[in-house]
Amino acid sequence: MSTSSSLVYLIALPLFGAAALLLGGRRTDKWGHFLATAMSASAFGVGLYQLSQMLARPTEERAVTQKLFSWIAVGNFNIDAALLLDQLSICFVLLITGVGTLIHIYSISYMAHDENRRRFFAYLNLFIAAMLLLVLGNSYLNLYVGWEGVGLASYLLIGFWNQKPAYATASKKAFVMNRVGDMGLSFAIMIAFATLGTTTFAGIADVAPRASEGALTAIGIMLVVAAAGKSAQFPLQAWLGDAMAGPTPVSALIHAATMVTAGVYLIVRSHFIFDLAPTAQLVVVIVGAITLIFGALIGTAKDDIKKALAASTMSQIGYMILAAGLGPVGYAFAIMHLLTHGFFKASMFLGAGSVMHGMNDEVNMRKFGNLRKFMPITFVTFGFGYLAIIGVPPFAGFYSKDAIIETAFNAGGLKGILLGGAALLGAAITAFYMSRVMILTFTSKARWDDEAHPHESPALMWVPIAILSFGSIASGFLFTRGHALVNWLEPIVGGHEGNHEEFLAPMVVSALALTAVAIGVAIALMKYQFADVAPVAPVDVSALTRLVRNDLGQDAFNEAVFMRPGIALTELAQKADESVVDGAVRGVGRLATGSGSVLRRSQTGFARSYAAFILIGAVILIAGIWVVTQ
Amino acid sequence: MTFTAPVLDYALLAPILIVLAGALVGVLIEAFVRSSVRATAQLFVAVATIVIAFAQLMRVRNQASTTAAMSSLTFDGAGVLFMASILVIALISIFLIADQDNFTAAAAAVPGSLEEREAHQARVRTTEVFPLTLFAVAGMLLFPLASDLITLFVALEMLSLPLYLMAGLSRYRRLASQEAALKYFLLGAFSSAFFLFGAAFLYGYSSSVTFAGIQAAVTGGSGNDVFLLLGIAFVSVGLLFKVGAFPFHAWSPDVYQGAPTPVTAFMAAATKVAAFGAILRIFYVAFANAEWEWRPAVILIAIATMLFGSLVAIAQKDVKRMLAYSSIAHAGFLLAGVIALSKSGLDASIFYLFAYGVATVGGFAIVTLVRDSAGEVTDLNRWSGLGKRSPLVAGTFAFFLLAFAGIPMTSGFIGKFSIFSAAYQSGSVATLIAGVLSSAIAAFFYIRVIVLMFFKDPVEDGTSVVIPSALTSTTIAISAVVTLVLGIFPAPLINFIASTAVFLR
Repeated sequence: MSTSSSLVYLIALPLFGAAALLLGGRRTDKWGHFLATAMSASAFGVGLYQLSQMLARPTEERAVTQKLFSWIAVGNFNIDAALLLDQLSICFVLLITGVGTLIHIYSISYMAHDENRRRFFAYLNLFIAAMLLLVLGNSYLNLYVGWEGVGLASYLLIGFWNQKPAYATASKKAFVMNRVGDMGLSFAIMIAFATLGTTTFAGIADVAPRASEGALTAIGIMLVVAAAGKSAQFPLQAWLGDAMAGPTPVSALIHAATMVTAGVYLIVRSHFIFDLAPTAQLVVVIVGAITLIFGALIGTAKDDIKKALAASTMSQIGYMILAAGLGPVGYAFAIMHLLTHGFFKASMFLGAGSVMHGMNDEVNMRKFGNLRKFMPITFVTFGFGYLAIIGVPPFAGFYSKDAIIETAFNAGGLKGILLGGAALLGAAITAFYMSRVMILTFTSKARWDDEAHPHESPALMWVPIAILSFGSIASGFLFTRGHALVNWLEPIVGGHEGNHEEFLAPMVVSALALTAVAIGVAIALMKYQFADVAPVAPVDVSALTRLVRNDLGQDAFNEAVFMRPGIALTELAQKADESVVDGAVRGVGRLATGSGSVLRRSQTGFARSYAAFILIGAVILIAGIWVVTQ
Repeated sequence: MTFTAPVLDYALLAPILIVLAGALVGVLIEAFVRSSVRATAQLFVAVATIVIAFAQLMRVRNQASTTAAMSSLTFDGAGVLFMASILVIALISIFLIADQDNFTAAAAAVPGSLEEREAHQARVRTTEVFPLTLFAVAGMLLFPLASDLITLFVALEMLSLPLYLMAGLSRYRRLASQEAALKYFLLGAFSSAFFLFGAAFLYGYSSSVTFAGIQAAVTGGSGNDVFLLLGIAFVSVGLLFKVGAFPFHAWSPDVYQGAPTPVTAFMAAATKVAAFGAILRIFYVAFANAEWEWRPAVILIAIATMLFGSLVAIAQKDVKRMLAYSSIAHAGFLLAGVIALSKSGLDASIFYLFAYGVATVGGFAIVTLVRDSAGEVTDLNRWSGLGKRSPLVAGTFAFFLLAFAGIPMTSGFIGKFSIFSAAYQSGSVATLIAGVLSSAIAAFFYIRVIVLMFFKDPVEDGTSVVIPSALTSTTIAISAVVTLVLGIFPAPLINFIASTAVFLR
């Protein structure tokens, strides 16, 4: 495999930005955000350069590596810190740096009045660097470093306004729940190393066919746990809604477009494991299917615009995970949906930010309405994102989501019907709750408080949104034209060689999906456009609504299953620590202190007794040697 | 009777001769230079002397010779490393010694007398300490090179006599300081007598005073074994006294506490390097083949020293006494390198000596900073909460304590790890177990001080941290950086030691 010496700049540039801003302190306040934006844009430039280089090479030589340094070298356990850029990671590199740069630009204006803007940009750059390391690492161990790095950046940014206790709690919640997933990843790495003897992707892909299926299944399931934690998938999904406490650009970049999709990357990257471990693959599709319905249901009950979008992110990632679990036929579609979702969800989040910007940081959609008159650009761009996510042709989401639904049906048998049905149901609910967001915010009657003065955001904010919404319009079409993305990724994840039985013809699937969407939109129109919306959420609602409003009991579930037993366990451990461990330590300490005090009395202060010591010591020494030698 | 003029290799002896010449220049400065500039001149001469000696040492470091001084000295790789360590430690100690506030103005005056007060008011300074230090350094440089018993004894006295004087120079608590000096002198003389007695037995055994001659006699096995036994035992007493090994340690807490802190630092660090250099040479060269005689006894002493030092340190309430007992414990750890009797044991010992010496100077340098109106505050209870008032000073001290305790990321960890693994490889599992056990005990009292500094409330009794002078800051900074760097990138020094350290036989 050929090497490239410029991969490191992808990571080094934003890392330098973060370091300069964090170490430079207040004196970088004036220009720090420009530096950070420039670093992110330069990384994007390096990414484009790498893409052009890659396109110039023949298909089988497109991947390049760069060894940075020998990281761990103990005996025959050698791990290099090395980077790998192939057709899969370049997609991510461009998404991360491209969307990242736009969001940097947006944030210059969005965070203009925040006195800690410099710190915000430092964290953003730190995130970009860590995320690039995640997708560029050539082994699970290198990936793990980036994985933890994005976790850190996410934690810092969710709690960016940590002066509000609720926000600080939200960041802690995200951090703790992510630890559960991280534990899964570390177990996966350990099992892989113990059974396969290596942690590099290439190495594992090499030896996996000769490994036992049990080991591969164990690794696979641990990887699913990791993916569930990072990508907010069932049962580790509860943190994502609270993560909306972070500034909106953060929600757009980290909690919609990039970091939360790391789980999808992990599964697609580990295709060599999942392809050989059907049980683990089954777990993947189940997790994906449950989450896509779960997220969509939560989305129907949210009045907070950002939380509604967060629920939809969860649900859309469920689609990606589902596709990734369907094997070689699904990987490319998972990545395609990931990329289109990156565009439309980022543009919608930024649009939500723009709405909040114009509405005194109000997030309750029941207090919005009729904003299309006052924010036409935001309305149009948000509208493109909306059409994309619900899957209206020819917007991006139509191509990617349709492909996933179709692949799910084609999985065959009862499994296919169940998965396809779930995906179809999800599409209907998505259409409903996204229409609800759209209607409540932009087209229904105005319900704002008197002091609200909605206005359009400055160009620095709407231009990035407009660029992103171009992606939500065109990317799906571009990716599917001549199977561009599928063919591009084929050398990495395997192709569509198998002649699968088509359960339903593509046209039928599209028709079904569009019908589902139409039903969802129609219900939303009836409920919200043509009926009055209460500015306060009604309380006399059905038990089901109440359940959905409570996030389907996810917090109660966590509390009952993880928190209370966990607290009981720590209390037990603490008691054991106090009585057994501390007791033993204190006992030893007392023994040592006691003997120390006794021995200390030998130090009388008299030179004569010291001399006597020496004499006695010498005599004992001679006696000792005598005894030994005789 | 014909007399043959001795043939000396002056280039190889130059490092020692330069230091002696510097000391003599210092004596002349005392006599002829005005008192107002005397201290500056002395400091300049002392620093220049050490730097030149070090440069000369580096110039000749690759030459090895047994006949540089008519086979009285052996100039070899290990010797070069010992000398280099001593010079580095001496240099950073000189900076501390230059902070004259620690020294009495009139050492010869009766404590509390009118004469003393007048001297203080006249701001007289004890600049004699510089030449004394250089004389001691010369003796220390000679000590680990000596390869016959007579030269070894001369070097022992040469390094000891100035130290006896220096221990009595403290400005505060002068009676304790003078008591310490006298005790040190009396017990030193006592142990020197043991040494000479042992030397006589060894001569009786081998009809030779050179290490090579003794080694030949041991290998030949023709001598009287009782003489060998008594000789080894008595010579060991003299040498183990210098490093403060149990049960020959009793002087060290009193002297460490009584002596002016910069002198304590110098004594604790440099004397240990020199004395362990001599011990390693005599045990590795002269007694190497009599291993079966001395090794069990030294193992016993090492274990007893480690445990005794660590246990008694727990009960200490004075920071200097605590460091004294900690230094006893470290003497025990270092004896593990003697027991190893292998190349890796030698390498590990040299690394340990250098790392420990540098950290010790740094640790004592910090002790000089914590004061009240009556001088240094060494009562540990009054150090509580220091971390809240002076986080940098307390943090640096905590760092040195962690190095003493052998926590990773410090040089102490690398030192302990390598010396214990060398001892283990040589088959002495008991030393390893005792070493790890006493390290754990030792960690207890080091960390107790850290807890005291950072997690207890400060006491309001006038204890304060003085702003260190530029010289003291330099010492602390160098020590801290060396301790940290050797903890993270020890490989260059370890490799250098491994490629250089050999005893020429």
